[in-house]
Amino acid sequence: METLYARLKEPFGLTDWVLQKPDLCFVTVAREQLRPLLLHLRDLEGFTHLVLLTAVDWIEEDRFQLTYLLHDRAKARDIGVRLMLPREDASMDSIHELWPTAATYQRELREMFGIDFPGSPRVNEDFILEGWADLPPYRRDFDTLQYAHEAYAERAGRETRDPARHMKEQLYPDGGQDD
Amino acid sequence: MKDELEKRLDRRPNDHPQRTALKDIPVREELLPRTVKTPDGQEIRIDPLQDYYCQAGPTVQTPAYTRIIEDLFNWARAESLWILGFGTGCGAIEMRPLMTPRFDAYRYGIQWRPTPRQANLLVISGYLSVKTLKRAIRAYEQMQNPKYVVGLGSCTINGGMYWDSYNTIKCLDEYMPVDLYITGCMPRPEALLQGFDDLKKLIRAGKAEGANRYAENFDWYKTNQKRVIRDWDMPDYSW
Repeated sequence: METLYARLKEPFGLTDWVLQKPDLCFVTVAREQLRPLLLHLRDLEGFTHLVLLTAVDWIEEDRFQLTYLLHDRAKARDIGVRLMLPREDASMDSIHELWPTAATYQRELREMFGIDFPGSPRVNEDFILEGWADLPPYRRDFDTLQYAHEAYAERAGRETRDPARHMKEQLYPDGGQDD
Repeated sequence: MKDELEKRLDRRPNDHPQRTALKDIPVREELLPRTVKTPDGQEIRIDPLQDYYCQAGPTVQTPAYTRIIEDLFNWARAESLWILGFGTGCGAIEMRPLMTPRFDAYRYGIQWRPTPRQANLLVISGYLSVKTLKRAIRAYEQMQNPKYVVGLGSCTINGGMYWDSYNTIKCLDEYMPVDLYITGCMPRPEALLQGFDDLKKLIRAGKAEGANRYAENFDWYKTNQKRVIRDWDMPDYSW
């Protein structure tokens, strides 16, 4: 994996190399270099399988991270290609011509994170959330708990206990010694 | 459970805070009224929601004229529970051992059917996402009377581990008339057999009146269903 990184570092401007396991590493790439890099990995390096395409919401840094995870069957190794997007009106180039399965992932990201992929097949159709009219639910500024309380009827009588507090009350009924 | 249900039936639909829809959901194209050309060249106007579906709501099925006849009917109903093979959540996995020789539910007259028209018991097997709820309601409404609903596992009772999910309902009997709940997460096949036995006792006693409850409180159920199913693009009663 080190030699792979050393070879690709210069031509594709890779940064933030992380060797997670001997057979799994992550790199970060700029947006305009993503497509050449994926093509190179797929056609010349043997990473023929797109395992997944997912997103992370770094709300503090005001950006989304896309992760394209590729697998090399012959050498049994994986590479994760990371890419940072601004959070406002997030939009990314579609890669459904490289892997047709990417269209499904892109449709899911469109629905769950609100990241647009112009040109991807059926990307604007409802995927799992039919008739969803709120913020995309995987965004971290979407308050899941509040939404669940407001949208769905509840049965009375359900209790939720904080395990730490519950055990403290059980073990130290008089309040204990600590703060 | 009956008291609790009556209490909730009394509650006005507006008691729930309702989130406002940010966008209008258009009706599906195939459901819009339109003019079509028949094979013999006629042009006819069709309105799928009017023409393809029955517009009448469900009706209450009254018991037979004497007690002894009704008891006979109930005995027959209890001895042939035909389950719709529709697994809504992870609980559906408990059905497989029941079908096969180890637990063999068939010896109790319980069998699985491929279509709602042949089934009279809908087992909601676990959590229901809003998308699945829509299909479950359509499946339930297509079943013929007498019909029963069994809620399986804690998810159907109070949300279970999905209590804070953005996409699963937390209280099944707001949306469908549940005759019996089986607790557990997941209930073992033995618990299901026990549950089916209890359901049989309810039917024999004439207490499994879920379908009639649905017919009597049809508007209340529809209001609840439409509150969570935002893209309601189907007829109100899809019999």
